[in-house]
Amino acid sequence: MNSTPSILVVDDEQVVRDSLTKWFREDGYKVSAASNAAEALQQLQTQKWDIILLDIKMPGMDGMELQQRIKEIEQGATIIFITAHATVDTAVKALKEGAFDYVTKPVDPDYLSHLVNNALKQRTLASENIKLKEQISEFCKADDIIGESSQMQKVFELIQTVARTDTTVMIRGESGTGKELIARAIHSNSDRRYFPIVTVNCGGLPEGILESELFGHERGAFTGAQYRRKGRLELADGGTLFLDEVGNIDMKTQMDLLRAIETKQFTRVGGNDLIKVDFRVICATNKDLEKAVADGTFREDLYYRVNVFSIFIPPIRERKGDIPVLANYFVQKYARAMGKPITSISPEAMDTLVRYNWPGNVRELENAVERAMVVGRPPTIRPEDLPYQLTEKNHILPAGSLAAVEKAHIASILAQNKWNISRSAEILQIDRVTLYNKIEKYALKKPSAG
Amino acid sequence: MVFGLRTYVTPEPLNIDPAFDPSRRQYNSTALLVQLLNSYANSQEKKIALVDVDLHVPVLTFVFGEAQLGGIAAVVSTHRLANQFYGLPRDDGMMLHRLEKEVIHELGHTFGLYHCRQFECVMRSSTYVEEIDLKRNTLCSDCTARLAEIR
Repeated sequence: MNSTPSILVVDDEQVVRDSLTKWFREDGYKVSAASNAAEALQQLQTQKWDIILLDIKMPGMDGMELQQRIKEIEQGATIIFITAHATVDTAVKALKEGAFDYVTKPVDPDYLSHLVNNALKQRTLASENIKLKEQISEFCKADDIIGESSQMQKVFELIQTVARTDTTVMIRGESGTGKELIARAIHSNSDRRYFPIVTVNCGGLPEGILESELFGHERGAFTGAQYRRKGRLELADGGTLFLDEVGNIDMKTQMDLLRAIETKQFTRVGGNDLIKVDFRVICATNKDLEKAVADGTFREDLYYRVNVFSIFIPPIRERKGDIPVLANYFVQKYARAMGKPITSISPEAMDTLVRYNWPGNVRELENAVERAMVVGRPPTIRPEDLPYQLTEKNHILPAGSLAAVEKAHIASILAQNKWNISRSAEILQIDRVTLYNKIEKYALKKPSAG
Repeated sequence: MVFGLRTYVTPEPLNIDPAFDPSRRQYNSTALLVQLLNSYANSQEKKIALVDVDLHVPVLTFVFGEAQLGGIAAVVSTHRLANQFYGLPRDDGMMLHRLEKEVIHELGHTFGLYHCRQFECVMRSSTYVEEIDLKRNTLCSDCTARLAEIR
């Protein structure tokens, strides 16, 4: 809203237009007047008005019809009817059709003053709300997920596909690949983005603590429970619940969690009251959940409940094209944070980064760049600035490596079984999903027929 | 001393009859301003009429006074400044104190001052008499500076 609020007075009586114009000008408002609907609509075409004061009975188009026309031009227009011809029916109709208020002439000046002030405050709040939501949306678009490789483009497509639904998502990937970032990206692109995303690190909490963390507890539920405490499920109400390392949840808590996810209600530890919640579930794991189900350490029913839509984040060694992009991003990030004018990575240092295997994935890469930024001298990071383990040759994939052997073996089994995936997976003693992942990892291609 | 101008009282009373609105049983303050301007048509001095009748403008239930914003005429009524209007014991001192503030307020408008948000400033808008009692009879620093700019 402008710093000087503007008011448009629409009344067929000159004396009313003059009185109100004068009254509001003394308050420092910018005021204009129109004697009929046509003049008013013309003024509305040239600028927005913060408040529109409307009479009802006017020659030609009356105030009620003018209100409708104004709402077509600006849905959020703030309209106050000031009329000498007040009936309950017209008042109700005006308010139902979106008028801010309806007052009868003559108006108490104190009432009119407060009415206009309140209308302006509400308009300011509504405008701020819209701007804040736009800022949130912009903020959500600027995710820190960097990747130009085809594999990451596919991940971005999957995020866009699933974000607007309420489908449960399972994010898979090695440690340090950015599973939480993916979860946040899904949340921030969903309809739940104005509500919180609540993260639970299932791997970092002991068994008894995890239950209380998830479901909360009542006072006295256990020794040390001095107060009632809301759990993460309650805190996620309306938003998203992100269960990181979901494969680490104990069996008893798995059962309670499954029930809560399916019924959308639960009780706190030590409590009896049913609490209803509404949240979307995103899970992440670096474990082989299928094996855990087969071993009996992960419930099959929970597995099928949380594994509805999977997103696999490949490790960065399988998308080496992303390494320079990520590295340069981190250089910019830490240059800003440290106020250090390092702007590039030397070709030799970049080669070292690309050839390294990155068991810790993006997290390890970020740490390495941060370390290099601390010790490096502007304007360029050199190989000697990198952590020593990056330059150890046994971390870089040579030709006789285990990966090369694995690739050759898989290719051989596939060829022997004419690329029958089920049969090949059985021989290799891995599941079909894992075999597909290996095929993609090693860029193996089925020979064309003929 | 607020405006630093010589002030004098005219001996002739203002004819307020043309401003009477029988349907409201009040006097139209805008019409009174017209009367005031017509009565002193040859004078460009700022002038303010003091009346004891109840004032209104058509769209509002009452006004304490009215002025031409950036003009030369203003009018203030003592009718709603007197305690008796509210069923309280007469207090001429309080009424005069309120009158002083409203006269300064309306004259402030004639100098081009708008309403002020500072609750103690004499230019703060008063829609009921308790608000007049809250404010001082002087301009705040912002309005003083604004007045200096205008003049």
